[in-house]
Amino acid sequence: MDQTTVIAAGGTASDKDHVPAEAKGKGQGRTMERTAFAEKVLHNARGWILPIVVLAVWQWVGQAGLVSPTLLPTPVAIGESFVELTLSGELLGHLQVSTTRAALGFLAGGGAGLLLGLLVGFWRKAEAALDPSLQMLRTIPHLAVAPLFILWFGFGELSKVLLIAKGAFFPLYIQTFLGIRSVDAKLIEVARVLEFSRTKMITKLIIPAALPHILLGVRLSLGISWLGLVVAELMGSSEGVGYMIVDARQFSLTSIVFVGILIFAVVGKVTDSLVRYLETKLLKWRDSYKG
Amino acid sequence: MTSAGLLQIASLTKTFQQPQGEMRVLDHIDLQVEPGEFVTIIGPSGCGKSTLLKIIAGLDTGYSGTVLLGRKKIERPSIKQGVIFQEHRLFPWMTVEQNIAADLSLKDPDVRKRVAQLIETVRLQGFEKAYPRELSGGMAQRVAIARALLRKPDILLLDEPFAALDAFTRQHLQEVLLDIWRENGTTMMLVTHELDEAVYLANRVVIMSPRPGRISRIIPVDLPYPRARASASFQAIRQTVMREFEHKGEW
Repeated sequence: MDQTTVIAAGGTASDKDHVPAEAKGKGQGRTMERTAFAEKVLHNARGWILPIVVLAVWQWVGQAGLVSPTLLPTPVAIGESFVELTLSGELLGHLQVSTTRAALGFLAGGGAGLLLGLLVGFWRKAEAALDPSLQMLRTIPHLAVAPLFILWFGFGELSKVLLIAKGAFFPLYIQTFLGIRSVDAKLIEVARVLEFSRTKMITKLIIPAALPHILLGVRLSLGISWLGLVVAELMGSSEGVGYMIVDARQFSLTSIVFVGILIFAVVGKVTDSLVRYLETKLLKWRDSYKG
Repeated sequence: MTSAGLLQIASLTKTFQQPQGEMRVLDHIDLQVEPGEFVTIIGPSGCGKSTLLKIIAGLDTGYSGTVLLGRKKIERPSIKQGVIFQEHRLFPWMTVEQNIAADLSLKDPDVRKRVAQLIETVRLQGFEKAYPRELSGGMAQRVAIARALLRKPDILLLDEPFAALDAFTRQHLQEVLLDIWRENGTTMMLVTHELDEAVYLANRVVIMSPRPGRISRIIPVDLPYPRARASASFQAIRQTVMREFEHKGEW
């Protein structure tokens, strides 16, 4: 009798140990999944809190009649203008003109910046000959040269594209130059030991090593292209998002001014996100602090 | 210089110009290394052992005396002198197999085959597509060794290659290196400041003393491989090497 109780007791003890452990494991897994999901939602939601509060207060201030709608139209009024402009096709037309200008300016200026950055980065003689002059030009603000550009190239597309190009040139130039010059000397030594040819030295070592800098240059250049675009279109034009803003301001259609500003912000953010996506794809080898 | 040594160094002298005047880092070094030999160089810091290796690698050319590899003067770095540095120095944007191939194309079937073989040699199967940041220090150093071996060097120069690794990894890599040496017969020249490592690996231990850097003694190690560190004969040689430093009072 003694023996059976011992066995029975042993049996139940091991059962007890077993079953709850498994159940506990499963339960934990599920809750962990759930909390991970909830945390992700919460993390994303955190970014929305501030804008929503601001919009709500803004709407209330407008509706309560505390501020004149010509000074500060309500978010709803801005939304209505946006829908109206989109449906009439007006907005898309302006946007097309503006993006074309920005893209052309960026390609011309950024491309030149990249090429000269490579030239100056690789070739010390080019650095001595070009860099001082380019650094001098860099500090000249858009607004100072805009009148000259109009005087030289007229009110047409050329002066606008050139103004944008001037802005887009410098970040890519500086970052490319810097990227090439900050390649680890220890890796250069390895390339010498492995007898890399000059071409391989550039394609397999220097360009990949400089790529993080170059992509940062692309991001900064794109951002400046948008800023240059605004200056160019505000200086005088008959189409484009900038023109839409100037035109609306003259007729005190403040909600359209806001739509224009929002469009600049959204398109700027979208292009920036594209480059950042490119960064995560091309620089996945990087091992750096992610916050 | 009648012997047909693979590496012939005769009255090699190297001085650094410093504000206080000239400093002689290497003073009349004479050394011959035969093909297939495993030579370790040991000495306290500042004895010029790394400088000596740099000169053989062709990375430092400002010296007097002669340094010949296969009867040819060493004037620049080349794939004939494979170099392993203290840090792995892999290209961070390349995977393991890309790093081993480096400037060669993995699309070439011959390169592909040899890279695969070397990955097996250094026991890194399954990590072909890993990036350096995903590797441990020991694994990364093995990739660096494979990268040098792919070029079939006449001599592999290793500058304190395991100094940054923990004791277990270091011993493991010593075995890997000995396996490679036995299988391929690659001549090895390894600089270290670890007594055990120097005696465990070498046919000959070259002992250097500092200010100015000189070879104070060369001790042959006539023990069969694999060696037992605890054996009396191993300990006896270790004692001999150690006594050399005690005399100088430099360790």
